[in-house]
Amino acid sequence: MADLTATGPAALRRSPLAHLTDALRAATVTGPRAVALAEWPCAAMVSLRVDPASPAAGRIAQALGATLPARCGRTASAGSRTTLWLGPDEWLVVAPPGAPAPTAELAAALGEEPGSVVDVSANRTVLELRGPAARQVLEKGCALDLHPRVFGRGQAVSTLVGPVPVVLWRTGVDSYRLLPRSSFADHLARWLMDAMSEYALPEVD
Amino acid sequence: MLLVTCPWCGPRDETEFHYGGQAHVPHPADPAALDDRQWAEYVFYRENPKGPFAERWMHATGCRRWFNALRDTASYRILATYRPHEPRPSPQPVETPTAPPSPGDRRAAGSSGGNR
Repeated sequence: MADLTATGPAALRRSPLAHLTDALRAATVTGPRAVALAEWPCAAMVSLRVDPASPAAGRIAQALGATLPARCGRTASAGSRTTLWLGPDEWLVVAPPGAPAPTAELAAALGEEPGSVVDVSANRTVLELRGPAARQVLEKGCALDLHPRVFGRGQAVSTLVGPVPVVLWRTGVDSYRLLPRSSFADHLARWLMDAMSEYALPEVD
Repeated sequence: MLLVTCPWCGPRDETEFHYGGQAHVPHPADPAALDDRQWAEYVFYRENPKGPFAERWMHATGCRRWFNALRDTASYRILATYRPHEPRPSPQPVETPTAPPSPGDRRAAGSSGGNR
């Protein structure tokens, strides 16, 4: 039998949107209403559940280097890792592609207390939408108020974009990350490419 | 489209939520002691009031938490939402008061209520 452990499971991973890389690049819109879509493949993600009032939450915050965000929409970044609020006792820790998932250190910080630390890197993929028209593209399919005064940089919420449940994360003035479940990623990517296409044309008054 | 206020996430579209039936149905203290009729009543029998009704809802595409909502089954207005371990709020002080409906209105509005 082939030695799968030599390269490790990470080397065997195929991103859910590997087949769309060229299509995503071709869908890039330039000009005054530019918008571009790309996949941020194989990011490391850890699902974290713990009582935020417990001592374990304090130890985990120490391991992460940032306090666990306490409210909907909040995120906390430390180094290359960001912790997104998913629920009152649930968070998603996202580390960039190639970085190891911090499962072991978080599990050690949790110790024997109730909670869970699970590597869910394959659960979702990350789509990056950037450009001056990015917010307009999202507003076609997202009912939330995405104006910067409400949904600013560094905020993340679970919601629907089009028909797809995603974690929507604003990373910059004109850049967003969308985290759909892997099996919905193809549909969401095609939905976004379709939504982007009109911005290549001059604006109609 | 209704805006439902999740106790953790704030107002969101109704499409983000799942409905979970009547709230505050206590699990029998001693299930083995129930006869078939009592068990059937616990499992299947639910209130069907016209007016404020405490229900369970779940924020399916948000924080994925169950919570309770007080909904007027005649007007479909959500009067209050609250976390599972909080007591049922009184339906009176919320929302704008409306004129008491005449008996004719009441009959006409009856069919628009009910569960989803």
